[in-house]
Parts: sequence; structure tokens; C-alpha cells
Amino acid sequence: MNQEWVIEAEGLTKCFGAFVAVDHLSFQVKRGEIFGFLGANGAGKTTAMRMLCGLSRPTSGKGTVAGFDIYRQAEEVKKHIGYMSQKFSLYEDLKVWENLRLFGGIYGLKDREIAAKTTQMLQELNLEGERDALVRSLPLGWKQKLAFSVSIFHKPQVVFLDEPTGGVDPITRRQFWEMIYRAADQGITIFVTTHYMDEAEYCDRVSIMVDGRIKALDSPKNLRNQFQVPTMDDVFQRLAREAKRKGD
Amino acid sequence: MKAIYTEQLSKAYGRVQALDAVSFEVEPGEIYGIIGPDGAGKTTLFRILTTLMLADRGKAAVEGLDVVKDFKAIRRIIGYMPGHFSLYQDLTVEENLRFFATVFGTTIEANYRLIEDIYRQIEPFRQRRAGKLSGGMKQKLALCCALIHQPKVLFLDEPTTGVDPVSRKEFWEMLVRLKAQGISILVSTPYMDEAKLCDRIALMQGGRFLRVDTPPGIVGSFPYPLWAVQSKDMHRLLSDLRGYPHLRSSYSFGESYHVVLKPEGTPGDLKEYLSGEGHKEIEVGQIIPTVEDCFMLMLNEKEVL
Amino acid sequence: MRPFFSFVQKEFFHIFRDKRTMLILLGMPIIQMLLFGFAISTEVKNTKVAVFDPSKDASTRLIKERLQASNYFDLAEELTDPGQINDVFKDGNIGLVVVFSEGFASDLRHTGDASIQLITDGTDPNQASLITAYATGILTACQQELAGMAEVSGRIVPELKMLYNPQGESAYNFVPGVMGMILMLICAMMTSIAIVREKETGTMEILLASPMRPIQIILAKMAPYFVLSAVNLATILLLSAFVLHVPIVGNLGLLVAVSLLFIFLALSLGLLISNVVNSQMAAMLVSGMGLMMPVMLLSGLIFPIESMPEILQWISAIVPARWFIAAVRKIMIQGVEFHAVAKEVGILALMTGLLIAVSLKNFKTRLS
Repeated sequence: MNQEWVIEAEGLTKCFGAFVAVDHLSFQVKRGEIFGFLGANGAGKTTAMRMLCGLSRPTSGKGTVAGFDIYRQAEEVKKHIGYMSQKFSLYEDLKVWENLRLFGGIYGLKDREIAAKTTQMLQELNLEGERDALVRSLPLGWKQKLAFSVSIFHKPQVVFLDEPTGGVDPITRRQFWEMIYRAADQGITIFVTTHYMDEAEYCDRVSIMVDGRIKALDSPKNLRNQFQVPTMDDVFQRLAREAKRKGD
Repeated sequence: MKAIYTEQLSKAYGRVQALDAVSFEVEPGEIYGIIGPDGAGKTTLFRILTTLMLADRGKAAVEGLDVVKDFKAIRRIIGYMPGHFSLYQDLTVEENLRFFATVFGTTIEANYRLIEDIYRQIEPFRQRRAGKLSGGMKQKLALCCALIHQPKVLFLDEPTTGVDPVSRKEFWEMLVRLKAQGISILVSTPYMDEAKLCDRIALMQGGRFLRVDTPPGIVGSFPYPLWAVQSKDMHRLLSDLRGYPHLRSSYSFGESYHVVLKPEGTPGDLKEYLSGEGHKEIEVGQIIPTVEDCFMLMLNEKEVL
Repeated sequence: MRPFFSFVQKEFFHIFRDKRTMLILLGMPIIQMLLFGFAISTEVKNTKVAVFDPSKDASTRLIKERLQASNYFDLAEELTDPGQINDVFKDGNIGLVVVFSEGFASDLRHTGDASIQLITDGTDPNQASLITAYATGILTACQQELAGMAEVSGRIVPELKMLYNPQGESAYNFVPGVMGMILMLICAMMTSIAIVREKETGTMEILLASPMRPIQIILAKMAPYFVLSAVNLATILLLSAFVLHVPIVGNLGLLVAVSLLFIFLALSLGLLISNVVNSQMAAMLVSGMGLMMPVMLLSGLIFPIESMPEILQWISAIVPARWFIAAVRKIMIQGVEFHAVAKEVGILALMTGLLIAVSLKNFKTRLS
């Protein structure tokens, strides 16, 4: 395994019957990189992400995540990644610290470690006062920040973020990205999807998926230069408008 | 007569003040955008105006009809797309549309003209179940269902949340065409970039309207010069900017940081300071603020107060 | 009326397209009927009997013959040693062991008091007590017969006879119970789930904000489940008459009318549930636990109401299924006329009226 690559995909394909959801995906993600995974609804992002997380078996092709084969070592993959999505992040009916203890326990951390990390994390997030609050009662932005902290609680090599900032206010959204930067500085690789095109600019490299294939992959700056447009939004519009696949 | 009129509308859930004395008016044939994050109170406002909920205090009227007294009459003339709403997943595209047409006492054929533009795009899939459509397609179908009875006022609560940028753009193009047909539209969104397509926008936070104006009006009222700052090492730039003593605010904005300086600071001085910190290829240029800049400034000043 | 019919049509689409649920709804009564009818039979039939008979005289022979002649018992084994009793139970085939005393006939003749032991497997106490009851019945008959032959004045023995169900066939008891359970489950649970589902998907908001009147929405939601319940009612009655051979003694029209009343009651109960809960999960729990448990335990389906503590008898009075099951038993098995079930029907009608009034009043034209 190449030490530099944390995610490697080669000809990754997933079919549902005759329908090819993900079509020969090949790309690599570097350690500590912030990798933006963009695409229109239905382009195959979610399916691809599920395969990389070891939740779904590829129909053909190869992939390794954190050095483990996603086909044969799915359980090992899951131990070395973090995952957070807009839809599911934390248990709303548990208290903040109960969520932290739960997820720490799931990843096999010791009680003392969990206690120490909980205190430290709440300090960093300025949430010490909310330790005993039910997650349900927190504003969405705080929840998402907390959920991100939980997803990197066990120091995973890669963290997968599925539209983590949807509906969050602009200031909190930026604070969220600063957390992403800090995690990346600690060597955690970030794999993120978003519908905010300004956020695409914050990534080191961006891939744009259309109809199950990667149509473009480069740094935001190079992509803008390549298409000779001023923003990533324009790049995205240009590529995604060509999509044939619309109905599903 | 105003399409929508409210006066000091308030609503609380327990101790949470969801709406706090909101007063505004929507002119006939206007696209009025309510921009605000999750939890700002948008959905509560929509539910009161669509007669689904009673306000604690204040008055509201749609097309001159009172939301409490004349709720039955209002229900006949409005179209409503609730937030996070899904159509009947197990019915086909056509069945969904036909159902909503009959619920409103009309037929697809009678009002086809109004939805034709939009419906043509999903017509190839009309035998497909709604649950099998993509996000963008679902939004289009939902819009058709909300339009099928030729409403005078359209209420769209976060119609584009979770929808990709291309579908969002198409959706807004449709709204502009509907407006041309004389339909008044009240629409909410968490995406600031959609604001510029509205005739007027209200910035909403914590149950209050922080500001109401046209998009150029809002942008024009930004009280400070705004600077876009870039350097070779963007990561480090943010923390170094925060170390600059004459900085008022700095936010990442796509490829650059949008920076507001205190009166003592100048772009030249900032450049000097940054190169003293070891930055290369520093660029500082004045830019026109966006709605998002204005919104963040307001949020910040509210916190300071 | 067009919106209404269009709505009903939509509801049928929902039901038909969810094949699995529809199969459960239509298959459940069949399975329950067959299950209660054959598998969990509470009757005694062809129970294998082992006999230890050291006396071997005319009396014991007569008793053995009578046991064998009955439908309930089958003489399977003659034991030679009382020590074998334990073993035959362990083997599991034998349900009853009859142990005669030595010199049984002479004891009977001289002292009028011969000892006979009936041993059953106590691990299934219900079955065991049924077996002993039947066996005792046969023994008593034998005793009378023997007394007659020997011209000894017979003792008065209690006559065991079951009214309306001389064979003690359990199907007679459970058919009305299953009817009550199925109708309650389908009407109440499915209507409440169907309404709550619209709340979950957000479509209820659109419907409420439309000119459609709430009463139309409610009736349209109920209509398909009313039809489905009628189909189930027919299934149950047909199965019970032709497969389980439980005759419908009373007036079929009256039986159907009472059942339809009960269906209405269950539908309005479902509506009431949908008013107070907001998720399909909660609707299922409330109707499952809140309705099924009382129907199973307090309606007389499993435990006779007469043998309950008084307080439970009072509680059971508010369980609609209790009155329905009682009425069906009377009509279907005893074949009584309307006046004999007037009390039950009256109570059911009253409950229905009350429930409809409360749930209509509570059905909101707005969101809470």
C-alpha cells in the first residue's frame, strides 16, 4: 500500500439490476487532504460513499480505505473511519455527555479516556454548560459541530461527512469549516459532500460526479482555470447540466 | 390590496419565542424571500399564514382575508409546499398530480397551461412512483401539485433544501416565470445565494426580521468597505488575519477571505503586516458585498449588542 | 363528491401497493382461525391412556371398555408394574394413567368404595384438568351402570354436561373472540397508522391547507378499511362454518349488523388514536398494547369474565370487544333473537356514538 494514499479506488462499480449507479470510479485521496465529493442529486455520490465506508459491496472494482480492502475487510475499514451525515448524527433523546460516552464505547475507548476527552472537547466547543442538556434542545449548528467532534473522537484516519452543513447559519457554517481544517492539520483525511459551492473552494481537491462517473477532479483553482469561469458554482453548473440521468 | 400582510405576529412554544412581533407586507406579483438558518422561525410563519396554526398575538391577512376568520376562503386561493415534505411515495407522478387536482376541486387538464413548463420536464416519468424520483424531480412535481389549482399566492417553505445547485437554479427559473403570470410568492431558503433572485428579502434570525429590503438595497447598505484577501497559504492566513490588531471581522468566502477593517486599518497596512508574518502572493482588493456578508454582519452586531 | 372518491381511490392504491401489509391483513384472520381451530385446541381427543389393572375383573374391564369407546381416549398400554408410570409419562405419548386398586370389584361391591387413581401430566395443567374431567365423567357413568347391574342403590352423582357445546369443542368459544380481535386490530390500528402516516410525510399539512373538509378526509381514510374489515368478516364466518364446522345457529343478518356496528366503533377508536399520536410507531404501540391486550385478556376470549376479580370485571366493562364477543356468542351459538342481545348492542352503540363525537371534536382543522 502506498503510504501517501488513504483512499484508493480503482474501477469501483455498483449496479442495481441493469442500472449502473456508480460506473468505474478511480481516484486517490492523500493523507490529511480535504477532499470535496460533489455531484447532483442522483449522480451516485451516496452509493459511492457507502461502498467506501464498507456498508455496501462493490459489484466490481477495487478499493482500499485506511489500508484495508473495502471488499474483504469491511469491518476493519469501519474501525478506522468516522462518519457523520446531516440526517443522522447524534441521539436526540440522550444528553450530550451520554452521546459522547456511547460513541466512545462503540469505538472501544476506555472510560478514563472518554471522560478526559469529553471534558476537553466540550471546552473546545464552548459547550461545557450544555454537558447535561439533551441533544434535542441544542440549535442545529451546535449539534452539527458536536456531531463532527464525535465522528473524530476515536482518531480515525478518514472521516466521511455527508452534507454536514445543510441548513446551518452562515457563521456557524464557517466555524464548522475551521473545525475541519483543524482536524486535517492533525492528519485526519476529510471526505466531504456539500451543496454549498463556496464550500467546494475550501477543499484541497474536488471531484465532480455526473451520471455515476467522475467528470472532473482537481484543485478548485485549477478547475476554475480549466473551464475559464470565475467560481466553482459555474464549473459545477457547466458539468452537471450535461447529465443524462435525471429521473432517479 | 397586499398579497400578504402581517402586523406584530408572535408565537411561542413554551419558553421558545418562535416568532417575535413580525410585521411585513408582500405586494401582489412579488417574489418575497425569507432568508434565515434552521430554527429562525420561518416554518412557524408559514404555518400561520397558511391557516394551519394560530398566532398568539398579532394580525395576518392573505389577499385581504383574515387568517383566523376567513381560513376557509384562504385555503381555496393558496398553494403550499411545506418544508421536508414528501409526496405520496407509492403513487406515480401522474397519480399524485391528479389527486391534488381533485382535492382542490379541479382537473389537470383545466389548469395545464400553468404547469406545462414544469410538468413537461417530468412527464417522461409520469408512470414512475414518486419515491423513485431524484431530489430535483421531486421538487418539480411538488411545485406542480402546489400550482394545479391556480393559486393566487404560493407559499414555499425551503423548497430547495438538500437539492443540488443545478436543480436549484432550474427551480428558481421556474419561480421567476410564475411571477410573470401574476402569482405572488413567499419563499424561504437557507441558501443566501438564492436571495438575489427575489424582489425583496427579509433576513430572519431568532424569530425576528433583522432587515427587509431589495437585494441591491441590502447590499448597498453594507456600512464598511469590504476586502477580499488571498495569499499562498490560505490555511494559515485565517489565524494570521485574526492576529491583525485593526481587524473587525474576517470570514472565509470561497477562494478568499472577506475582511472588514477598523477605521485605523488600511489595506496597505494589512498587506505589510501579512508579509511580516511571512505570507507570499498576498492580494487585497475591494469587492462588492454579497447578501451573505450583510447577514453575517447583522448576526455579529446582534451578538455584540 | 369527486374529491372524496378520488381520495378513497388513493387510499386503495396505498393499500394495494403495499403487498406485504395487504397479505398480512387478509391472511391474518385465516391463520388465526386455523391456528385456534386446530393447533391450539383446548379439547381432548384420542388421548393415549395407560392402565395398571392388578384386579382384572368385570368392573375394571367395563371401565376400560367405556374409556376406549369414548372419542376422548385410546387405550394404549397395559402396565404390569406401578413403577412404569413415571417412564410412560417421560416417553411423552401417554396423557393419562388409570390405576385400579387390587380387588377393585369386590371393594366396590362390599364397601361401595373402590379406589381408582387418575394420574395426568401436570406440566400442562389446563389439558390435565380437562382430561381428568372427561375421565371422571366416564367413570361416574360406569359407576351408575355397575350399580344398576348389581342392583345396589346408586349414589347420587353430579351430572357433567356442557350446555350448547356438548362435545366441548373449543372452536365454539374462540370464533367470536377471533372476530373481535381481528376487526379491532385492522380497523383501529390500520386507520390510525394511515392517518398518522400523512402527518409524518407532511401531506397532512397540504390537505389541511386545502379546501377539503376534515370530515371528508376522515371518511375517505376510513372507507377502505371498512371494506377490508367486511372482507375479513366474511372470511371468518365462511371458515368457521365450512372448515371448523361451527354452525351459525342464529340470524345471520343480525350477526352481520352487530359486526358492522363493532367495525364502526373500532374505526372511530383508530381515529381517536391518530389524533393524539404523531408517529406511525406510536400509533402501532398504542393500538397494539392499548387495544390488543385488553381484547385478549379482558374480553372473555381467554379467561372467563365470571372468574375474574371484581375490579377486573368492572374494567372489562369498558372494553368494547367484551360486549361484542358476548353478543356474537349469543347470536351465533345460542341462536337468540335481538331482544336477548339488546343490552350488548345498546352498549356498543353508545360507545360508538361517544367515540365518534370525541374524535370528530378533536380532529383539528389546524396543526396543534
